[in-house]
Amino acid sequence: MLKIHVNGQSHEVDASPDTPLLWILRDHLHLTGTKYGCGVSLCGACTVHVDGKATRSCAIPIAAIGNQKVRTIEDLATNAPGAEATDYHPAQAAWLAEDVAQCGYCQSGQIMAAVALLDSNPAPTDADIDSAMAGHVCRCGTYQKIRAAIHRAAKQQRGI
Amino acid sequence: MANSVTDNSRRRFLKRSTLLASGSLLVGFQIPVQAANKPAAYQDSLTSLMADAFIRIDSDNTVTLLMNHAEFGNGVYTSMAMMVAEELDIDWQLLRWEAAPTEPRYYSPIFGEYLTAGSVSTAGAFIPMRTAGAKTQALLLQAASLFWQTPATSLTTRPGQVVHPDGRRVNYGDLLPVIRDHRLQAPETVTLKAAKDFKILGQSQKRLEGAEKVTGEAIFGIDVKRPNMIYGSVVRPPVYGSKVVRFNADQALSMPGVIKAKAIAAGVVVLARDYWTAQKAAKTIQVTWDDGGLGVLSTERFLDDYRALSNSPGMLAEDIGNALEVTAAAETVFESVYEMPYLAHATMEPMNCTAQVNADHCEIWVGTQYQSNDRTLVARLLGFKEEQVTIHRTLMGGTFGRRASKTADFITDAVEAAKGETVPVQIIWSREEDIRGGHYRPLFVHRMRGSLDDQGYPEAWHQTAVGQSIMQNTKHDPAYMVNGIDIYSVDGCLQNPFGVFPYGTSYQIPNHRVESHNPPKVGVHPHEWRAVGHTHTGIAYECFLDELAFHGKKDPLSLRQHLARDHDRMSAVLARLRIEANWDAPLSAGRGRGVAARIYSISPIAQAVEVSVSGDGTFTVDKVVCVVDCGFAVNPLGIEAQIQGGVMLGLNAVAYGAIDMVDGQVQQSNFHDYRPLRFHQMPEVEVHIIQSDAAPTGVGEQATTPIAPAVANALFNATGRRVRQFPLDRHGFTLKA
Ligand code: FES
Ligand code: FES
Repeated sequence: MLKIHVNGQSHEVDASPDTPLLWILRDHLHLTGTKYGCGVSLCGACTVHVDGKATRSCAIPIAAIGNQKVRTIEDLATNAPGAEATDYHPAQAAWLAEDVAQCGYCQSGQIMAAVALLDSNPAPTDADIDSAMAGHVCRCGTYQKIRAAIHRAAKQQRGI
Repeated sequence: MANSVTDNSRRRFLKRSTLLASGSLLVGFQIPVQAANKPAAYQDSLTSLMADAFIRIDSDNTVTLLMNHAEFGNGVYTSMAMMVAEELDIDWQLLRWEAAPTEPRYYSPIFGEYLTAGSVSTAGAFIPMRTAGAKTQALLLQAASLFWQTPATSLTTRPGQVVHPDGRRVNYGDLLPVIRDHRLQAPETVTLKAAKDFKILGQSQKRLEGAEKVTGEAIFGIDVKRPNMIYGSVVRPPVYGSKVVRFNADQALSMPGVIKAKAIAAGVVVLARDYWTAQKAAKTIQVTWDDGGLGVLSTERFLDDYRALSNSPGMLAEDIGNALEVTAAAETVFESVYEMPYLAHATMEPMNCTAQVNADHCEIWVGTQYQSNDRTLVARLLGFKEEQVTIHRTLMGGTFGRRASKTADFITDAVEAAKGETVPVQIIWSREEDIRGGHYRPLFVHRMRGSLDDQGYPEAWHQTAVGQSIMQNTKHDPAYMVNGIDIYSVDGCLQNPFGVFPYGTSYQIPNHRVESHNPPKVGVHPHEWRAVGHTHTGIAYECFLDELAFHGKKDPLSLRQHLARDHDRMSAVLARLRIEANWDAPLSAGRGRGVAARIYSISPIAQAVEVSVSGDGTFTVDKVVCVVDCGFAVNPLGIEAQIQGGVMLGLNAVAYGAIDMVDGQVQQSNFHDYRPLRFHQMPEVEVHIIQSDAAPTGVGEQATTPIAPAVANALFNATGRRVRQFPLDRHGFTLKA
């Protein structure tokens, strides 16, 4: 049995230690908000936070997680969906305000990357956004709206 | 393929307008087609093919829409909800949706199958969904009138409630007993609001399923979990279409968590307790394949063969005037060959499917565009009747056409894997399997010949298209095959309407000849890819038109305006583009402008782009201005998203997209060698929608094609160098990384 700490809870899972965090989350904990896109760190769909850092969950085995705290998209909003806008994380609220999602499949990863960016850089420039988001693929072409949503969330977080 | 929803199913359904589950009212509708309200071009197929729309009202006052078009990012759930809400006063917060089941009454009015494709969902839903809303509204008013013993005409509504003149209110859900006790039926006919009275339609509306897409709660096919479900990974052959001769799974079976390995048509499937274990075990399996002689194929060879074929007469698709004589007599004939590679769809969510097969029933959870066909093929595979197969449609992480599989390939492999198991099985394709999955936009060669009149305008046009047919030998042959010609091979380069496609290029060239060769369908499965035929015909057409403009010393946009002068809608689009794109403003050195225009599925669209190119051929796309006329614009916000998405996919493909085959094996495998367009490479896309009261027409695929020729033309404009083989990065122009 392997121990893992996800979204404020401890879990024990019966999996082989080389299993990537992605499949622990999806198949063992049924936290399916974190997506599989490429399996080899090329698309960012699987992005979660490990001790606050945006991390590709497809590329890190559960054995390497140890006591670090994992946070997934499911933990961002307090009472979703259908909740009042205030219960969404500012990034989620901005995503909704800009109507970013198309198919939506990439958006968990995009949002987790954006949240990590905003945590470390409350006023990102376009260039900051470019470099933070360059590894996150959207096949539906929502990039333009993602940029607008990140700027919007940043402003909201700064109280502008 | 447009004729199978019959009047019988319609009548049957009317009788079944009744209460189903307790506390739940299912309102079913069929309306006679009102000819005046239909998109004129689809009149014939619509006449007998109106969709049924379902609206469920529950006693908790929620209103549930049963959606009979698939949502994969296209925004169709939102626009369908808007159509209902225009006529039925609903509380958006209490609005729910469900995927409608696989029953003929839910089939597409345009295709006569349960199929979401061709950018026609909004057009197909526009009357039925509004009618459904209006009928429900009338039914609720009738019920409230009985409830209060007050004339219905004195009642009004507010979202979710009927309001009495004295101010009393009743929830829709509370009217269910009245409807049940009095056996009330929705009226046969209703009058729909006139466009000038619309309050919701035509206004930007955010995505209906937007909230679950930012919280991780949206359920895509890959997210389905069933009790005791196990996972499968398939070892697929390196040469698409090979069969398993024998395999050795000893090592795999010794791995903890591995349950079993077995041969299925697609390869060898390994079943395990989680997907990672299945995938890891699959890598250890040794398979001997029989490639049936396909291991000799190569895309290079295809190109050689197709180039040669393009020099010989093909099947004649169109022959206006006499292009052969005019070019033979012309002093100068311009000739170019354009080449477009195979393209994979590479949807963000790889193919997957979950299936449970019992002795007399099969249940499937999958994101699909084409569930009537899926069900037929699964029933056939299992020897079941269609009713023994239930499909639960989930949301989809993109499709671009891939999830409308004529072979139901990504569904049948899960069904085969689940057969003989007592638990549900979920098969997930790895990204590598997905990219090597054999279903591609076909590789095409177009030979273009043209001559100019003494004013420098195109006088003759002779285009020969060579590529594998999508429709040949499928159940859509002969509907999509006209005199042996696959209409998808030539859609986009014909001046006159052809087959079921009620539109031409909008251009008038006096002598216009198009020929088609459909070489053998071997090695791959040619598949629809967002905008289908246009993705190659349109690139060849719009680039060669640019060549003729150059030779005839015409401004490329002016030439298009001249050629489209008799087409009012395209003329308006081009005139608007000229202004919005600031087309006549001078550009600095190293920059270039390009334009392309298309009519796809009735909607005219035109794009102008600006590029910057450095000396080594590295370029950026600085701006894309797009003007579209999609008739009445149901949801401008959704239209903008579809245009942005289409531009991205088309730019991605023309910049990098290619699937190569060597010795029958696809060379690409993941996003490092089948490169997606990245965040910072996305140009600014400006969308202008022509105001129109015409019936709504499509917008989902319209933007994908023009961006490619517009960029190639802009690169020529900037550098004087013309690219005729794609993708660009193999021919000297690299989109800045
Ligand atoms: S799935 Fe992890 S980066 Fe693509
Ligand atoms: S919204 Fe579909 S992949 Fe990004």
